[in-house]
Amino acid sequence: MTLSDPLDVPPSTEISRPRSGRPGTGFLDEPLRLGTTPSATVGPYLAIGLTWPDAPFAVAEGTAGAIWLRGRVLDGNGDAVPDAMVETWQADPDGRFAHPDDPRGAVVRPGFRGFGRSQTRDGGRYAICTLKPGRVPDGEGGLQAPHVDVSVFARGMLDRVVTRIYFADEAAANAEDVVLASLPDDAARATLIATPADDGYLLDVHLQGADETVFFAV
Amino acid sequence: MTGTTSRAPRPAEGSALILPRYLREPEGSRTPVGFPAYKSTGLRAPLRTPVDLPHRLTEVTGPVLGEDRVTAADADLTVRLGGEAQGQRIIVFGRVLDSDGRPVPDALVEVWQANAGGRYRHVVDNWPAPLDPHFDGLGRVVTDSLGRYEFTTIKPGAYPWGNHHNAWRPAHIHFSLFGRAFTQRLVTQMYFPDDPLFGQDPIFQAIPPSARYRAISRFDLARTQPDWALAFEWDIVLRGTDQTPFETDDDGDVA
Repeated sequence: MTLSDPLDVPPSTEISRPRSGRPGTGFLDEPLRLGTTPSATVGPYLAIGLTWPDAPFAVAEGTAGAIWLRGRVLDGNGDAVPDAMVETWQADPDGRFAHPDDPRGAVVRPGFRGFGRSQTRDGGRYAICTLKPGRVPDGEGGLQAPHVDVSVFARGMLDRVVTRIYFADEAAANAEDVVLASLPDDAARATLIATPADDGYLLDVHLQGADETVFFAV
Repeated sequence: MTGTTSRAPRPAEGSALILPRYLREPEGSRTPVGFPAYKSTGLRAPLRTPVDLPHRLTEVTGPVLGEDRVTAADADLTVRLGGEAQGQRIIVFGRVLDSDGRPVPDALVEVWQANAGGRYRHVVDNWPAPLDPHFDGLGRVVTDSLGRYEFTTIKPGAYPWGNHHNAWRPAHIHFSLFGRAFTQRLVTQMYFPDDPLFGQDPIFQAIPPSARYRAISRFDLARTQPDWALAFEWDIVLRGTDQTPFETDDDGDVA
């Protein structure tokens, strides 16, 4: 075996190129990302900053077809949480959103903003005045059942928790909803399904306990 | 070629919808919902593992809550209620960005805070610091086209609370932001540099160590106003969207 001369220049004609995406090359392996700002509890004084006179009205008061979504926020002892806040976001009755990221195009329904915010009151009660949402495409060729996305904030929770409100009188649509279908059992599904009431629907949110509401990681 | 997609999704093809996808901060650098040293967590923070919810139309859209929510006066907390608030006047400013570094314009930013003595104007707050007749602790602005926000306010005082023996909250301002989508909703607290109370505060300590600096504002001498106000800068970062990666051949060239 003969050793080659280390100073010999090999007869290669290959063009040298920088190689990106590898450690030590000076190129990033991934896009640079800023770390997100950490969440924190709303604390007990959220009413100072987050109160609007029209906050619970996702639809203007007196609109035809308006319903109330009502319920309580309860802790692990079943006690009312009097310093929580419930926020809702939903499609309109035609299943449309007034938002530029809806690939079907934004649809604005006058008097309807799709968003409601309710502090809990004595008894841990929240109340949102809105229109019942329509069905929304699930992105996979099907339709979701009518639903409302819900955030719950409270002293004692360092981040919001997210759940959904479905409607008991939409049994057929609920049966083919991809999100409800992804839940382990009927008991879990039942924590998301509001029952009809005189002026709308009722659903309690259980933060903990045997009846703990299904919460979602979004 | 391009390295990033624009935020606008492409038109739907057939029945499939192409939606932006918002990326979660990794578990290890996110604040947990519950933190045992923070007592109120005990009966409130859910105990079961949350169910993954793929982002669909409801999650990638969100309320547009713009100018109709605010007045120009809402950016100055020092002259509310017909007089001047007591305490150290400060300017708090910064940008609202997503984690891709893009500004979030037209975002509603709501703040609330204690007065200079560390007392909130709220019936539940019985800490016997004086209430300030000219301070209600409420502010609102909407970010401009570059995602910028700015408030003039009073530096809030620290205050004791009942979490543990001799527990004091570090000075902080509560922030609430909507961003562009339901997935970008954020409620957080801004702290001040070098606060000696960080070490014993469970709400601050609940933030994973690697992320704590992101909750602390920066003193900015250049933005102080001579003989008038100190200044603190705080950028707020909301979740960014997925990006189309570079497609490269074996030699690393962009195809």
